[in-house]
Amino acid sequence: MFFGWGILRGMNITLMNFFRSYTRKRGSGEIGALTTVQYPEERLPVKEKFRNFPFLIYDDKPEDLRCVACDICAQDCPPRCIYIVKDTDEAGKPMKKPAVFDIDFTVCMNCGICEEVCPFDAIFMDHEFEIADADRHDKLLYHRDDLLKTNEHFHKIRPNDGREVDARLAEAKEAKAKKDEARQKAAEAKAAAKAKAEAEQAKEGEPPEEKKETDAQ
Amino acid sequence: MFEKLRVKTKVIDSGASGLDTQTLEVNVGPQHPSTHGVFRMTMVLDGEVVKSLRPVMGYLHRNHEQIAENITYSASMPYTDRLDYFNSMSNNQAWAMTVEQLAEVEIPDRAEYIRVIMSELTRLVNHVSVIGFLLNDMGAFFTPTLFAFREREKILDVFEAVSGSRMMCNYLRFGGVNRDLTDEQLGQIKVIVADFPAFLDEFETLLAQNEIVCMRTQNVGVLPAELAINASVTGPMLRASGVNYDIRKVDQYSVYDRFEFKIPLGEKGDVYDRYYVRMLEMRESLKILNQALEQIEPGPFMAPKVPACLKNPRNFKPPVGEAYCRIEAPKGELGFYVVSDGSKEPWRYHVRAPSFINLTVLEAMCIGYKLADAIVILGSIDIVLGEVDR
Amino acid sequence: MTLDEIKRHIEQHLPDVALKPVRESLLVENAADLTRVVEFLKDDGVLQLNYLSSVTGVDYLTFLECVYHFYSVENKTYSLQLRVRVDRDDPHIPSLVPIFRGAEFQEREAYDMYGIQFDGHPDLRRILMWDGFAGHPMRKDYQQEDSEVLDGDDIEWLRKHDVSVSEEHIKMAESLRTGGESEETQSEQAEA
Repeated sequence: MFFGWGILRGMNITLMNFFRSYTRKRGSGEIGALTTVQYPEERLPVKEKFRNFPFLIYDDKPEDLRCVACDICAQDCPPRCIYIVKDTDEAGKPMKKPAVFDIDFTVCMNCGICEEVCPFDAIFMDHEFEIADADRHDKLLYHRDDLLKTNEHFHKIRPNDGREVDARLAEAKEAKAKKDEARQKAAEAKAAAKAKAEAEQAKEGEPPEEKKETDAQ
Repeated sequence: MFEKLRVKTKVIDSGASGLDTQTLEVNVGPQHPSTHGVFRMTMVLDGEVVKSLRPVMGYLHRNHEQIAENITYSASMPYTDRLDYFNSMSNNQAWAMTVEQLAEVEIPDRAEYIRVIMSELTRLVNHVSVIGFLLNDMGAFFTPTLFAFREREKILDVFEAVSGSRMMCNYLRFGGVNRDLTDEQLGQIKVIVADFPAFLDEFETLLAQNEIVCMRTQNVGVLPAELAINASVTGPMLRASGVNYDIRKVDQYSVYDRFEFKIPLGEKGDVYDRYYVRMLEMRESLKILNQALEQIEPGPFMAPKVPACLKNPRNFKPPVGEAYCRIEAPKGELGFYVVSDGSKEPWRYHVRAPSFINLTVLEAMCIGYKLADAIVILGSIDIVLGEVDR
Repeated sequence: MTLDEIKRHIEQHLPDVALKPVRESLLVENAADLTRVVEFLKDDGVLQLNYLSSVTGVDYLTFLECVYHFYSVENKTYSLQLRVRVDRDDPHIPSLVPIFRGAEFQEREAYDMYGIQFDGHPDLRRILMWDGFAGHPMRKDYQQEDSEVLDGDDIEWLRKHDVSVSEEHIKMAESLRTGGESEETQSEQAEA
């Protein structure tokens, strides 16, 4: 063709895209449809698995947080941004709670490894990403109380994961209760059997006195 | 076809014409919109013609290799995302494969298919962005780039739904993948793969026969095949020079031997060939994706006997030894070399970065061309500074 | 071709070169033989190992090592890994740049990170670290920047948050402020 034909074909594509931006429905995924979202007035819905900074979870009261300060997430965190200190009671014995749980959000790289390795389902990744601040040192170092959020919050942002985690915890609780019950029963049965054996032994050993004793009983 | 129209450069010989000229040493970068990151080229120019060129790198050196020597193997996975930050799934795959080779872990089939699907989607993302950036460097300011980014956004949405993050995916683990793909996500991928060819046709029409693009890219930055092999160039750059070497066909790692696809080769090795080879590779990637989406079957997504890796990665101690594993990343051959001394941290961890090594031939390709051509040649090498500097 | 076959083939043609199989690679015992072996690998009609994939430096505490990975573009079925060992105090390895241009940047990186001198390299200077940097960072005995050293701003912030700062740290911060040599020698002197 003549010189410039390729340029005209290219410009034709650009022109078609320009007209399609009016005719094709926005966000439909067709070629030419507009995809820009006017943030912050409109926001795209966040996907469930989206992982941003972590948060600690509690069931009923903030004092009942699930974290037992086992330090596994702090050791597995790649940039080592978690700092945990175990709580101690009045006698000085360590309790299963963290007194200090600091995460430095300027270091955290949102990898999600802390959520994966926690054996107690105590730390999960949140969806909050609008936490920018001008102060690098104070505001972006989150302490334990800043990180605590309820189980309802977790269900709201991640319903499928929330259901799964709750089901798993309920199952574990049930299994533990059953085991406790079984152990209790076994202990009772053992104690009863032991008492019975002792009684029989005593009976065989000294019949007249035993009889007197049993009569007395 | 348009070679006759290309205006030949006439270099004025200073002695012959009596003019007293001097060469000028100019820094292109490190802050430059066209150098694809913080990359500096020190050029000696005679007028506009490049006499010599020295690449200077290290502005983004983050000491990745030494960090990896101080943390566990699993903790290196999110750091590998940040090497070639456009293609995080490929980097994850290379590292996962290296450690699996070291520790001799077998991976279930479904996990392999998921990895292949993610790698090929990453290849689409990379090639479409690179062609967009190449045209950006040529002056088509951002229109083709944003067309490319529209399609890239769809794939990044899939990555977000699957792994939790658009770019820094951290999705692969030793022995498989982190989470399974749901049927809904597979459906999303099928829609993308079905719509992509129409977009590629349009993209090609926009650019392939465009006279300005042809005049600026044909016969510019020619890389002969022997020099390419000698300089350890890999990836689409090597194939554009006519050398048939694609690691997916050579090593047949993962499950690539179950798919039928061709390897596009170039003839001359100029910038136009490199751009067109990437265009054709995208079509081959779509073929692989179609076949993988048909062949994938339900099953486990993680190896059942992974040695104590998932729930306590800090206790993962591979056997003493070393491993070198390489994949065909979108930019070239990405290799990881790891030496293990039996403890939970590697003794030596090295990344064979394709962009770093492909830059060896930058000077050889640019001499005799103009400064504007040097920018276009750099764009066609397809570097990303996270990999060059680690 | 297995490693043994390749070793025998090389020894047939270069009988005076000492090679030792180490794990899955061949150790070239005398570093000066390296160029001959590599030239042979590249030009040989049978092996045709003409693609150098990777050059890596490794630090084993008693010696430094350089590992090379070779592949073949024509015969795609095998690969070869070579090693060369040198001592830490005066490491010299002949450069492969006259044979393989792809080794240029990778040898510069091994020099920058480990201090291995490549004889015959056209332009051996630092590549990833800046030009005035002293030391070779990836060596295992490299003293990293001391994270225990605080400077004046850090001490002020800590005092504002009621954290006590020891006398030693204050002295170190003062010496940093007044200038002198690098931070490392200052802190070492302060601690000594």
